[in-house]
Amino acid sequence: MDSLLPLAVVVPLLGAAGISTANPLFGHRRWLLDAVAILVAAAVTGMLVTIMLGTVGGQRVYWFAGFPPVHGVALGIDFAVDALNAGLAALTALLVTAAMVFSWRYFERVATYYHALMLVFLAGMVGFCLTGDIFDLFVWFEVMGVAAYALTAYRIEERGPIQGALNFAITNSVGAYLSLSGIALIYGRTGALNMAQIGQAIAGRPPDGLVVVAFLLILMGLLTKASIVPFHFWLADAHAVAPTPVCVLFSGVMVELGLYGIARVYWSMFGAALGHHASITAVLLALGTLTAVAGALFCFRQRHLKRLLAFSTINHAGLFLIGIALLTPLGLTGAAVYVLGHGLVKAALFLCVGIVLHRLGSINETSLHGRGRQLPLTGAVFLLAALGLADLPPFALYLGAGWIGHSADSLGMHWITTVIIGTSVLVGAAVLRVAGGVFYGIGDPPTEDPQMAEEASEETSETDEAKGRTPLSMIVPPAVLVGLAIAVGLLPHLGSLMQSAAVRFQDQAAYNATVLMGAQVAHPAAIMPTEDATSTLTDVITGLGTVAASLVLALISLHWRRLPVLRRGYEPGTGLVEPIRRFQSGVVNDYVTWMVIGLACIGGALAYTIR
Amino acid sequence: MHVFPFVVVAWILTVGLYGIITSRHLIHQIVCLIVVQSSTYVLLLGVGYKTGAVAPYFYDIPPNTPAVDPVVQALALTDVVVEAAVTALLLAFAVQAHKRFGTLDPEELRQFQG
Amino acid sequence: MTSPQRRWIFLVAAAGMLAFYLWGLIGLPGFGHYPGPYGDIINAVAVGQTHATGVVSAVNFEYRGFDTLGEEFILFTAATGVATVLRHLREERDTAAEDESSDRQVPVTSDAVRMVTLAFIGPTLVVGWYLATHAQTSPSGGFQGGVVLATAFVLVYLAGQFIVFKRLSPVDLTDAVDAIGAGSFAVIGLAALGTGAAYLANFLPLGSSPGAVNSAGTIALISFCVGIEVAAAFVLIAGELLEQTLIIREGDR
Repeated sequence: MDSLLPLAVVVPLLGAAGISTANPLFGHRRWLLDAVAILVAAAVTGMLVTIMLGTVGGQRVYWFAGFPPVHGVALGIDFAVDALNAGLAALTALLVTAAMVFSWRYFERVATYYHALMLVFLAGMVGFCLTGDIFDLFVWFEVMGVAAYALTAYRIEERGPIQGALNFAITNSVGAYLSLSGIALIYGRTGALNMAQIGQAIAGRPPDGLVVVAFLLILMGLLTKASIVPFHFWLADAHAVAPTPVCVLFSGVMVELGLYGIARVYWSMFGAALGHHASITAVLLALGTLTAVAGALFCFRQRHLKRLLAFSTINHAGLFLIGIALLTPLGLTGAAVYVLGHGLVKAALFLCVGIVLHRLGSINETSLHGRGRQLPLTGAVFLLAALGLADLPPFALYLGAGWIGHSADSLGMHWITTVIIGTSVLVGAAVLRVAGGVFYGIGDPPTEDPQMAEEASEETSETDEAKGRTPLSMIVPPAVLVGLAIAVGLLPHLGSLMQSAAVRFQDQAAYNATVLMGAQVAHPAAIMPTEDATSTLTDVITGLGTVAASLVLALISLHWRRLPVLRRGYEPGTGLVEPIRRFQSGVVNDYVTWMVIGLACIGGALAYTIR
Repeated sequence: MHVFPFVVVAWILTVGLYGIITSRHLIHQIVCLIVVQSSTYVLLLGVGYKTGAVAPYFYDIPPNTPAVDPVVQALALTDVVVEAAVTALLLAFAVQAHKRFGTLDPEELRQFQG
Repeated sequence: MTSPQRRWIFLVAAAGMLAFYLWGLIGLPGFGHYPGPYGDIINAVAVGQTHATGVVSAVNFEYRGFDTLGEEFILFTAATGVATVLRHLREERDTAAEDESSDRQVPVTSDAVRMVTLAFIGPTLVVGWYLATHAQTSPSGGFQGGVVLATAFVLVYLAGQFIVFKRLSPVDLTDAVDAIGAGSFAVIGLAALGTGAAYLANFLPLGSSPGAVNSAGTIALISFCVGIEVAAAFVLIAGELLEQTLIIREGDR
């Protein structure tokens, strides 16, 4: 079992190296190439599920090169695996498998490069999830970064991908180097790179400037990857232009890995040392709320389908950050379940958009209006996934939203439920509007924004095969993912299992003991369910209410021009966003300026509240 | 002067960022990104330095001689390779951008807004 | 934002950032006062444990070998990415950009440059090989050696022989060598797993005395594989980028 841990990273790496070595052998046998890549991804999924099931009893630690810590000092690198990070890694591998199956018939002339890059991307994400060493975290962060930049620029026939990849690579690199500065700072204080060891070394005395600065600098790369406002600008540029199967991974897991990184860094290193939970909560909540609201507003006014889904991801990233920011087991549980459900549903939505692009050759909501009626199956899957995204029970998402809300209520922050429901309604309405308009031809096509039309017209089909029908390999993955999202929501004991995992994740003392001393800390069952984590009738009603409100809003915006009473000469959504729209300028110089502004402001806030 | 090398670190970071945000040429911008990263080399090697200690190579000196930290040197080496890799990729993007857009000015490369 | 706006906004924000960063930096123990314990313990035990007198190599290829594996694949991915972004398209000839310096004559490589570079190729190969195979004893290793080896190939180009350079390093071959180098690092780790040890454990005999070239077990072997990989990756990257200039010029004609 233990040797599965390194294999989960090494197998995809070897797969990538093997594919590149054997490149000339594949020749015209394209199916062989696809089969190898799918098999590797599926095998990794299997390994990670096995690993996850093995962590139900407690954390597992693997020391590379056989150097366990001596007297609490780590000489080597460790994988510290618990249910949450193994589960996230398993979700990653599952989505890579789905994306690889989808791309079986998707690209006409892919070289071996695409498959090799996807497998390295997978390895990078898995390594990032499982590692317990802060510098190793940076290394795998860069592995997935470099693979992701290259994949974004994959369709070099067009102009957009180059611009998107440049903005993505430069902003994320700046973030990564700030993270590395933070790592070097904390190393200069503690002489350690193992997260548990660092946590132990800095705990026990009040946090000084170095600890606060190192914390925020390390967070910078992760906040950028997690597309938290004002570090989010790269995301929509990159999503709009990356090949659809790659978007599945960007939205479904890569952004969430940034948030996982924040949680990991906080609870494995800085939690005990920083103290001041109220001010950490306040800063992260402010960022999360800003992100959720901005993402939802931008999402609602989009007509470019991929960008619409990208902004919906920004909205959800904000909601996940809110869940983490509460610093409670129930909040983290909610965020984890939300991430799982969102990953499955969002992946399905992107794959359906990929089918639309494949069959109809367009990505513009306006010009696609009603044309999706010839794709009934895709339409049904898209509608189901859209309803799931709008928190319809029994999709897993309504549980996550509900639990974050409960946790906030118990802290007296009732406004958080309002934020969650309000932004979910906006995002749900946007996606349901697409479902109703594109696939069922309801109402009128939304008016054309001239600039957006220009952007969308640049988008051409990513494929040039015969487009007479949708291959089975393209429709099955999204359908299966939607099914899984429902199944997860129906799992018995999901709440209590996830919550005990969250309690373990947040117990820094137990983490230290397990990593540095090899001790297994048992958490008595009695203390596990600290707060209520079952699906209550209220959650179901709230979820149904959100869906109903989303449907109404979607129908209103589809029939806008037939509602003279309401009409005041403007399109829904546009007036709200126009003033802040110019922030998303497409110029990377602006994006980096925003990163510096964000760093200075958050730094000031932390310095003011903690010092 | 115990802080001076670290002030240099902060200065390199700031001028690198200034270069990135004011740049009107992609190649220049990529070089500025390297400058930002260079601040991490100085910081890494700076925190591992010990006054009066030798380099951590014990080929012809006794193994118990006080030596500077070998770990940050290994980290800096990793950092350099990351830089080389990212730079190579970014330069390839720049070549392609010049082919598609006919310019290397980031302000003119924009395609998407909002 | 317009350029002047951006500059002023940045200067204000950067002042805040600089103050914040300095607040952290002054918390470090003064320059020259590394507090340990990580590096001090490694310095004390590495020579005995690994028989490598180059302790940085021992950290790179053994204690923190897993980092190096990731780093190795970053380079592999970058080379693959460069090849992806610069791959030839069918319509390449039609869309090639303007050669901005088409009015300028390409200078002919002089005999002096040619002779000197050709004379350096042999010694460069030897030095690169030496560096890649002596990680265990000296401040060298696979990365340094690999870069020097790649330089030897670039010298061929510098001598005015781009055609020879491309013939020496066809994309399929360098790509495969790159993958084999990176892959064998991962396989050495697997071999350790096969002997029942941890992944990337040093399972080979360490040799009789520290400081001998045939000492330090897997450290020397991994360093050599890294050297091959790095050399191939840089030759691939340099070749792809150099070839672009030729495509652009041909398209212009």
